[in-house]
Amino acid sequence: MRKMLTIISNVLRGSASRNGAELVSEKCDLHKLEEGPPLQAVLTREEGLQYYRTMQTIRRMELKADQLYKQKIIRGFCHLYDGQEACAVGIETGINLSDHLITAYRAHGYTLTRGGTVREIMAELTGRRGGIAKGKGGSMHMYTKHFYGGNGIVGAQVPLGAGVALACKYLGNNEICVCLYGDGAANQGQIFETYNMASLWKLPCIFICENNKYGMGTSVERAAASTDYYKRGDFIPGLRLDGMDVLCVREATKFAAEHCRSGKGPILMELQTYRYHGHSMSDPGVSYRTREEIQEVRSKSDPISMLKDRMLSNNMASVEELKEIDVEVRKEIEDAAQFATTDPEPPLDDLCNHIFYNDPPMEVRGTNPWTKLKSVS
Amino acid sequence: MFLRHAVWYYHAFLYSILRYHVTVRDALNQALDEELERDERVFLLGEEVAQYDGAYKVSRGLWKKYGDKRIIDTPITEMGFAGIAVGAAMAGLRPICEFMTFNFSMQAIDQVINSAAKTYYMSAGLQPVPIVFRGPNGASAGVAAQHSQCFAAWYGHCPGLKVVSPWSAEDAKGLLKSAIRDDNPVVFLENELMYGVPFEMSEEAQSKDFLLPIGKAKIERQGNHVTLVSHSRMVSLCLDAAAVLAKEGIECEVINMRTIRPLDAEAIETSVMKTNHLITVEGGWPQFGVGAEILARIMEGPAFNFLDAPAVRVTGVDIPMPYAKILEDNSIPQIKDIIFSVKKTLNV
Repeated sequence: MRKMLTIISNVLRGSASRNGAELVSEKCDLHKLEEGPPLQAVLTREEGLQYYRTMQTIRRMELKADQLYKQKIIRGFCHLYDGQEACAVGIETGINLSDHLITAYRAHGYTLTRGGTVREIMAELTGRRGGIAKGKGGSMHMYTKHFYGGNGIVGAQVPLGAGVALACKYLGNNEICVCLYGDGAANQGQIFETYNMASLWKLPCIFICENNKYGMGTSVERAAASTDYYKRGDFIPGLRLDGMDVLCVREATKFAAEHCRSGKGPILMELQTYRYHGHSMSDPGVSYRTREEIQEVRSKSDPISMLKDRMLSNNMASVEELKEIDVEVRKEIEDAAQFATTDPEPPLDDLCNHIFYNDPPMEVRGTNPWTKLKSVS
Repeated sequence: MFLRHAVWYYHAFLYSILRYHVTVRDALNQALDEELERDERVFLLGEEVAQYDGAYKVSRGLWKKYGDKRIIDTPITEMGFAGIAVGAAMAGLRPICEFMTFNFSMQAIDQVINSAAKTYYMSAGLQPVPIVFRGPNGASAGVAAQHSQCFAAWYGHCPGLKVVSPWSAEDAKGLLKSAIRDDNPVVFLENELMYGVPFEMSEEAQSKDFLLPIGKAKIERQGNHVTLVSHSRMVSLCLDAAAVLAKEGIECEVINMRTIRPLDAEAIETSVMKTNHLITVEGGWPQFGVGAEILARIMEGPAFNFLDAPAVRVTGVDIPMPYAKILEDNSIPQIKDIIFSVKKTLNV
C-alpha cells in the first residue's frame, strides 16, 4: 500500500514538475516606476530544490560558525547572515555568474552564492591556509571571481560597486553590478554621491538595501528621518519587496537587471528582511529587540520554511526528499568544519606576501631593524 | 647675404634650445596623452579635467582628443568618485583619479587606503587595484592653511601604496608613465608651483616608451662634503643653495628622492658614507615626516657609523600655513635656511 502511494505521489510530483508551479508573489511598492516585476512566476522543481539546498547550506554554515566562535576557534568580527538567506539566493538566481556583486561585511552567504565553497569560507573564518583568502582576510574580506568582497567600512562598498558598473559600461560587456548595503549604511553621504554619479552617467548598477530593521543596535526609526529606503535614491527608480520570499527577490532582481541592461541607468531595490543573530557575535541581539519579535519572524516568515511549505503544498517535493537534502547539507558542513579546524594556519613566510601585484620580490622591515622579511607578489 | 645666414643660424640656435625645453605641466600632459593612446583601459576622471582642460591645465587637449568616455568630469564629490575609480580598477580598467589638490583627497582617504592600498593583501593576491591618484600636493602661493598641506608622510606611511614625488619635467613624464603602467595603487604627488617651470628634456625622454623606475632616487649634483636629500620643489632650493655654497668651497651632493615609498635608502646611505653629513629638506611638517623616516633609517643602517655629525632635517614650520606673504615665506624652507643648516652641520 505504501509503495503504491509512493508511486502515485511520484507520478503526481512528476506532472507538477514538468510544468513547474505558477506561484503568486506579493506586489512590490514602486517609486518612479510605472510597473514592477511580474506578480506571477514559475518555479520549477529543480529550481525549488536548488534554492532550498543553497539556503539551507547558508543557514547551517552560519550556525556552525556561531558554534565555532563560541568555542573560540573563530575570532574577531563575525557577522552572521541567518534569516537573510532568501536575499543572497534570490539575487543570484536573478543575475548571471558573469555579472558582478559587492556587499559589506555580512558576506558569508554571498561568498557562497558567488562561487566560494563552504570549506574555503569556513577555513577563512578559522584563519587557515586553505581559506578563500589564505587566512589573510578573515570574515569581512572574502573574494572570488566577480565578487568584490566583503568590505569592512560601512558604505565604502557602494561607490566601489558603481565603479565596477562603470567598467561594465566602458567595456561594453552587457554585464551589471549588484551593489548591496544595509539600512545602517543607507544614511552614508558617499551613497548619495554615488546615486548622483550613477544616475548622471547611467551606470548599470542595481543598488540593493538589505533592510533588516537594525543598524547594529539602532532601530531604523532611530537612525533615519525617512525609512522608505527604496525612495532615498530620489531620481533613481526604486522598489520595495519582501526579502524573505526567495521568488519575490528573484523576480525583482530579474526586473532590475533588465532595467540596467537596457541602458536605463541604475535602479534601487529595498529588501525587507531580518537577521536572527545580533549584529555580530559580540552582540547578543536582545538588548534592542525582544525575543518575542525574533521568535515571531522565525515562526511566521522564515525564508527556508516558506519555500519548503510552498514546495510541499504544490507537490513539488516530498518531506523525505527535503529531509534528505538537510542530511546532505549537514554532512557538507560537518566536513567543512572538520577541514576548517584541522587545516594548518598560514606559514609565516606568507606574512609579507601580496603587498604588490606583478612586482619583483622585495624586502619588508620586520618588527626590529635587524629583521628583514621577504615579500613576493 | 651674410646677414641672412646670421639670422638663419640665430633662429636655428633658438629653435634647438626651445625644442628641448619642456615645462613640468607639458611633460605630465605628454605622459597622460601617450598612456591614454597606448592602452584603451586607461581613463582620467576628476573635477574639471575634461571640458575645462584641467584646473591647472595639466589635461589640456585630452578631452578634445579622447572624448567623454575616457576623460570624465566629476561632480565635487571626492569620496564618491575616488571610490568609483577604485571599483573600476578592481573590475579591469586602469583609472587615473585626479584630486584638484591633495588637500581634497582627505575626504576620500578611506577609499585610497582601505579600498585601494589594502585589497591585494586582504584578498591574498586575488584582487589587484591598478590605479593612479594624482594632483598637486603641498604649499602653493597664498592659498592659506586648508589648501597647503603636504601629504607625502601620510600616504608614505601606508603599506600597499607606492608614493611618487617628481621634481623635473623628465621626472614627471617618466614617473607618471611608470605609475600608470604599474599594476598597483600609486599616489602621484605633483606640485603646483613646478607646473610652469621649464626643464631640458633629453632625446631619450622624448620617446613614447620613456619610463623611470619607481623607487630609485637620482643624484642631481655630485659633492663630497654633505648630502642634501629632498623631493619635489625643494630639490630646486637644494641646488640653488649648493650653487651658493660651492663659491665658498663647500660641495653638496643633492639627491632627488623621486619616490617617497618605497624609499631608496640605499642611494642615501651610499652618499652619506661618502660625505659623512646628512641634511633632509622637505616642505612638509617636521613631526613624523619624510625627513624623520630618513633619519631613522640612517640610524638603523650601515651609514650611521660614517656620520661625523648628527643628521638633521630642514622642514616646513610646525604651524598651519598662514596667508600674508611675509608669514607664508617664513613658513617653508628658504635657500638661506639650507645654507645655514649646512654650515651648522659642517661646523663652519
